[in-house]
Amino acid sequence: MTTVADKKPDLHDAAAKAGRSDRARSEARLGWLLAGPAFVVMLAVTLYPILQAFYDSLFNFRLTAPDDKSWTGLTNYSVVLTDPLFWQALGVTVFITVTTVIVELLLGFGLALVMHRAITQLRGLLRTAILVPYGIITVVSAFAWFYAFDINSGYINHWFDWVPGISPDLNWFAQQGTSLFVIIMSEIWKTTPFISLLLLAGLSQVPTELEEAAEVDGATWWQRLTRVVLPNMKAAIMVAVLFRALDAFRIFDNVFIMTNGANGTEVLSLLAYRTSIGRLEIGLGSAISVLLFLCVILICWVAVKLFKVDLAGGARGAG
Amino acid sequence: MLTWYINPDDGGQAEIAKQCTEAANGEYSLEVSVLPRDASAQREQLARRLAAKDSSIDIMSLDPPFIAEMAEPGFLAPVPEDVAQRVTQNVVAGALAGATWDDELVTVPFWANTQLLWYRKSVAKAAGLDPETAPVTWDQIMTASKDQDKYLGVQGTKAESLTVWINALVASAGGTIIENPEAPADEITLGLETPAGEAAATIMGTIGKENLGGPALPTEDEGASLSIFQGDKGSFMVNWPFVWSATKAGVEDGTFDQALLDDIGWALYPQVTADQQTAPPYGGINLGIGAFSNYVDLSYKAAECIVTPEHQAQYFATNGNPPSNTTSYDDPAVNEAFPMADVIRESLELAVPRPQTPYYNEVSTGLQQTWHPPSEVDPETTPAESTDLITAVLRGEQLL
Repeated sequence: MTTVADKKPDLHDAAAKAGRSDRARSEARLGWLLAGPAFVVMLAVTLYPILQAFYDSLFNFRLTAPDDKSWTGLTNYSVVLTDPLFWQALGVTVFITVTTVIVELLLGFGLALVMHRAITQLRGLLRTAILVPYGIITVVSAFAWFYAFDINSGYINHWFDWVPGISPDLNWFAQQGTSLFVIIMSEIWKTTPFISLLLLAGLSQVPTELEEAAEVDGATWWQRLTRVVLPNMKAAIMVAVLFRALDAFRIFDNVFIMTNGANGTEVLSLLAYRTSIGRLEIGLGSAISVLLFLCVILICWVAVKLFKVDLAGGARGAG
Repeated sequence: MLTWYINPDDGGQAEIAKQCTEAANGEYSLEVSVLPRDASAQREQLARRLAAKDSSIDIMSLDPPFIAEMAEPGFLAPVPEDVAQRVTQNVVAGALAGATWDDELVTVPFWANTQLLWYRKSVAKAAGLDPETAPVTWDQIMTASKDQDKYLGVQGTKAESLTVWINALVASAGGTIIENPEAPADEITLGLETPAGEAAATIMGTIGKENLGGPALPTEDEGASLSIFQGDKGSFMVNWPFVWSATKAGVEDGTFDQALLDDIGWALYPQVTADQQTAPPYGGINLGIGAFSNYVDLSYKAAECIVTPEHQAQYFATNGNPPSNTTSYDDPAVNEAFPMADVIRESLELAVPRPQTPYYNEVSTGLQQTWHPPSEVDPETTPAESTDLITAVLRGEQLL
């Protein structure tokens, strides 16, 4: 439907606009009246802080030395972009994002298939149960995972000491690899339900006639999955990937609680937090925040332009 | 109504607030509001609110290292001369130094903390050491715990407690982390690339590399040190006096045997070399009065009530936080609850505060970035690395 609309010549569009009926015009006005206040509030709580952060990022400004505030132009950006710490944090953030999204997509799809096909009677109960981890506040789940793996209070080392590499003396939060493993596991545990529900909604949108027709034509299960089901739920998959990628890219709580950035587990949000809130360097911290924001915009752009995620269509599919 | 922002404790400050409210006879009523558990999080919250000129902050319980940062931009109301005179009488030297910035008293000394060397008498005896009578060195306790396959209790986690340890080691070796703490950010020079800095790095690196702290060392804070010390591998530990009340409470509720408590001894913080006096860590809490409070005079009145020697003694006996006022140590309740009160008082006189600078957070975090994990601390490279990082950060050339 949208593709048809896109192909309409501009002239036709203009003519339609000029010839709009009174009813259409008053509907449009009503639309603005209804959505206007929300739009203004949105601008106030999103656009204003973003602009303020960009403005602040052009100054050398420390909260405890307000009198020494001075204009530095883009110096803060050059300090950030030439610092290996920023690139390391960006690398870790991208690694966590990519790993969690891929694993969650596979796991989530598996769960969605199970809920869609296998357990139809219990679907309502199952959907609720599966949402429990997602409903837990991230800080709480971060603490739960931290204490489970902690060398002093944790039980994981004792339960799994038969696994090669795990012993009572393994300090999970003392090296980069094991720290990232726990952080990523915790992310996956918590947000796979979200992806699986989005995918379940996508699955239920796939017309059963198509699958039946393919089956009659002799398609195997795998062929039906890859040729019929997946192409028909592409919109839902891409929306799930985009939402999760944006979410994962802004990871903060798990890292903050478990390692606080020690052993090379620093992520961008934590770096921005430590600079703005910890060091009270508003200028430098704002520059990091603006760069983080640009990264998020970039992810959206790549998803929408290159992978052609149709947010409106996807939302309908997901809903 | 005055609001007193406190660090979390065992209810001692709330109790004092109640007593002062009663004693004020309606002149003021003191209410406590609890800050986050972590000292740096307390600082973040207070600094942000004071920068926004929050008038609801009347009295604050401040950790000494952050006082310079609050005093420099004028976030603390000046201490009236008569108050200053009264609240500095009989106060231990370390606490006075910690309450002062730029040669001026900017906060009211409340309680003063210091770390002691806690040891298992059985382990010390087996090693032929008697820390109670003769001061021990880091080398001695490292050898003793290594020989007996025990773990040393030190704080190797990447947090403020690591800075506490580094500062005590450098100071005990006769050095100082910042040579000119009152200089502007870009002129600060560090004293780490010195024999003292190298001695500190040697001790920390050896403990890390030879696994003398056990596998928990890179994430070990004060509480974790205490658990290890209480366990089978416990030997020697540097820690604050709360460990005594915590262990005693554990014995009372049946978690530990009385035998554990009987096996615990205490002495002054270990020395770096046999011929140089130790410089134990200094901590505690001072009271700052918010510069934007509507009731500065009343707040100082309340602060004077809070820090009376009786209240300090009561706070020590009930919550385990040692007084900054020497007369409080004469209280019989104190000596009953803390048999090591005299050693604490002696340690407070020797204690050396962490660097006092408005850029303390940068210095402390810079140290933590470069001196963690302890197993990678190398006397040849670590002092130079941390000097380079902290100097670059203070000049605004590098991120932290």
